[in-house]
Amino acid sequence: MELRSEQNSNSAIRVEHLRYSYPAAEGQTEHVVFDNLDLTIEQGSFVAVLGHNGCGKSTLAKHFNAILLPQGGSVHVWGMDTKNEALLLEIRRCVGMVFQNPDNQIVSNVVEEDVAFAPENLGVAPDEIRRRVDEALRQVGMYDYRAYAPHLLSGGQKQRVAIAGVIAMRPKCIVLDEPTAMLDPQGRREVIDTIERLSREQGITIVLITHHMKEAARAQRVIAMREGKILADGTPDEVFSQVELLRSAGLAVPETTELLYTLNEAGCDFPLGAYSAEACAGLLLDYIRDLRR
Amino acid sequence: MNPILELQNLSHLYSAGTPFEHVALQDVNLKIERGEFLGLIGHTGSGKSTLIQHLNGLLQPTSGRVLFDGEDIWKDKKFTRQVRFRVGLVFQYPEAQLFEETAYRDIAFGPKNMGLGEDEIHERVLRAAGFVGISQAELERSPFDLSGGQKRRVAIAGVIAMQPDVLILDEPTAGLDPAGRESILQNIRDYQAAQNATVIMVSHSMEEVAANVSRLIVMNGGHVAMTGTPQEVFRHAQELERIGLDVPELTRVFLELRRRGLDVPTAVFTPQQAAQVILQLRQGGARHA
Amino acid sequence: MLKDVTLGQFFPGNTVIHRLDPRTKLIWTVLYIVALFLAKGAAGYGMMLIVLLAVIAASRIRLSVILKSLKPLLLVIILTAVLNLFYTSGETLVSFWIFRITREGIRSAIFMVLRISMLVTGTFMLTYTTSPIALTDALENLFGPLKKLHVPVHELAMMMCIALRFIPTLIEETDKIIAAQKARGADFESGNLLARAKAMVPILVPLFISAFRRADELATAMECRCYHGGEGRTRLHQLRYARRDVLALGLGTVVLAAAIVLRNYGL
Repeated sequence: MELRSEQNSNSAIRVEHLRYSYPAAEGQTEHVVFDNLDLTIEQGSFVAVLGHNGCGKSTLAKHFNAILLPQGGSVHVWGMDTKNEALLLEIRRCVGMVFQNPDNQIVSNVVEEDVAFAPENLGVAPDEIRRRVDEALRQVGMYDYRAYAPHLLSGGQKQRVAIAGVIAMRPKCIVLDEPTAMLDPQGRREVIDTIERLSREQGITIVLITHHMKEAARAQRVIAMREGKILADGTPDEVFSQVELLRSAGLAVPETTELLYTLNEAGCDFPLGAYSAEACAGLLLDYIRDLRR
Repeated sequence: MNPILELQNLSHLYSAGTPFEHVALQDVNLKIERGEFLGLIGHTGSGKSTLIQHLNGLLQPTSGRVLFDGEDIWKDKKFTRQVRFRVGLVFQYPEAQLFEETAYRDIAFGPKNMGLGEDEIHERVLRAAGFVGISQAELERSPFDLSGGQKRRVAIAGVIAMQPDVLILDEPTAGLDPAGRESILQNIRDYQAAQNATVIMVSHSMEEVAANVSRLIVMNGGHVAMTGTPQEVFRHAQELERIGLDVPELTRVFLELRRRGLDVPTAVFTPQQAAQVILQLRQGGARHA
Repeated sequence: MLKDVTLGQFFPGNTVIHRLDPRTKLIWTVLYIVALFLAKGAAGYGMMLIVLLAVIAASRIRLSVILKSLKPLLLVIILTAVLNLFYTSGETLVSFWIFRITREGIRSAIFMVLRISMLVTGTFMLTYTTSPIALTDALENLFGPLKKLHVPVHELAMMMCIALRFIPTLIEETDKIIAAQKARGADFESGNLLARAKAMVPILVPLFISAFRRADELATAMECRCYHGGEGRTRLHQLRYARRDVLALGLGTVVLAAAIVLRNYGL
């Protein structure tokens, strides 16, 4: 018992025996998303969640801040049961969410007013809101745009405003549901760099749902899902080395891993954990120099 | 033979004569040949969307001309309308335009507007559905009950059913998972092969364009910044990065190898190509030893 | 294109007019409208025109922007001018066929055109210099007492705020859907009324579906950011009357009084 609570004190989000299904549409059977899912997210970790469309990633994310409630089992956020209605606001303050479409989560016509939305809802004093808004906008590099109308910003900028809107709540964790899916390469870079910095510098727990393997490779832990179950869970190295398993679930691995894996199939013996072009080039260079020696 | 599409000194101004006026395209010259698979890349706001909407006459040039098979598409109203059908344009997130009660009827919308006969429409809908892998049962369902990926396919089929000579797709794989992306790309390749069509694909994924297209057009600030085969274009990594783009991840690996003094080709885009190059080096190296 | 509409747009700035409390501007606009309707003679209209021009100058909104915003109303303005020109009885100046132009007609045509354009421009000055949020705040604040009568003032204000936020997004979306259906050969221009109404279906259905999806996603996003109604809510920008507001309101009252005086003394 002692040991267990010791372990739990490190967990940010604890999902136990989660059961959830969407109600049956007319003439159809109900769609079971989770049947007895267990998962723990550690405090301060940067976790990427992978899975094909419709595998339950978003449904899971919505359980992390009580937008959806478990039909069976439980979800605890920093020890708070999401089913406890009295804790609802505190749970949502703790776990912020950023969604795919930046247009559909910006409430206000002015950037800084939008960032102020959450602290306003929480009843924070005006001076303190001002401080938080400025700080949040600086952290995502959007301070100079504070008086802009959101529809004049690029996708990447809008998404960073959405992140600032969440940071202004001073959350312990941010869950991002495919935040880069609608962005161009530059926007993707801006958003991922921002997320990584928040994780590194602020120690905020990050849960990043994504289809981009290169983004996932930047996390400390990768969870691959299939049909509401966890298919693989571990460091990027551990997960991406299971190339066949991921392919079978309609997922890919980073391009560099795919190359090294193909070479290994042809008789080489590379470690698969090189995700940057530089690291991969380094491995190949050593290999070729070895051959020539 | 005339190029299937040609742009001559094309410029386009938005909100001309207002304080919001801005130049979206400036003096674009471009020839698109029959049967090409063309990739169009550029960061958001570089003029890609404006450009493709000129190709089927949705936007009228502020100045300059758009020629379809050598003829100005604005020469008369009838021809403009005809060009709409011969140059099919699939917008970004095309599932957002579905409106009919069944997928079948939605796909039939285009052919119906062409004024085709009942039998011809039926045949085209089935053929289009075949290209994108929509089953008979799914055709009878409401498009809104289908999954995200299937909706996208129905929407693409709605354009394919017009059997256009030129098929333009604006980010056809956006928001899909890797398996979904690959299967949509396969659908597009199938259509091109079967119809001997010209395909123009806008994409934000450098890996995707590199692996599929025969020629690339790079847009920046309303201009064509570069054009050439992927091999030619992706040689300019720094230039591309400067205008908010990228090179495919594996090209980056080989550029890095080259920078570190290894004599390798840099026109490498897919893991298969890359592996082949390395394996050849291994054999060469072995011979050398 | 729909994108070009400037109606209800806000031009951020830092002029005196921009910095006035939105409640002041709202009350000012009401005073201005009342004064405008009371204005009668050349002196009355002249004064109102000077007031309006002074406000425009102080706000640094370009005159070209204002003229453009009047453009959609051109038809209404011309129609009013024509009606007043021909259908006012009085001393005949010119007459041809069944038309008769009177001295009074010219006078009332000029005044009506002035009145409409000044009315529209005046209200536009409010929206041009006041962010929709500030405007909503002002409305919520001024109508606050109605909460006691169980009028959902906060909810209405929030709805208005969100509607304003989504207007540009939905306009863009509509443009896109129209273009997409046109690309499939949809024809919105020919045929009789029924055919044209039917041609709207491929635009309206996707637009409604998208609007509902957006509303649903926005509602979730708002809940995620701890929205739980107006209770216990604070604001980033507190509404606070400053010296300039007192001055502005005083000035507004003077303008209204002057309009009444000018009217009664028939200048």
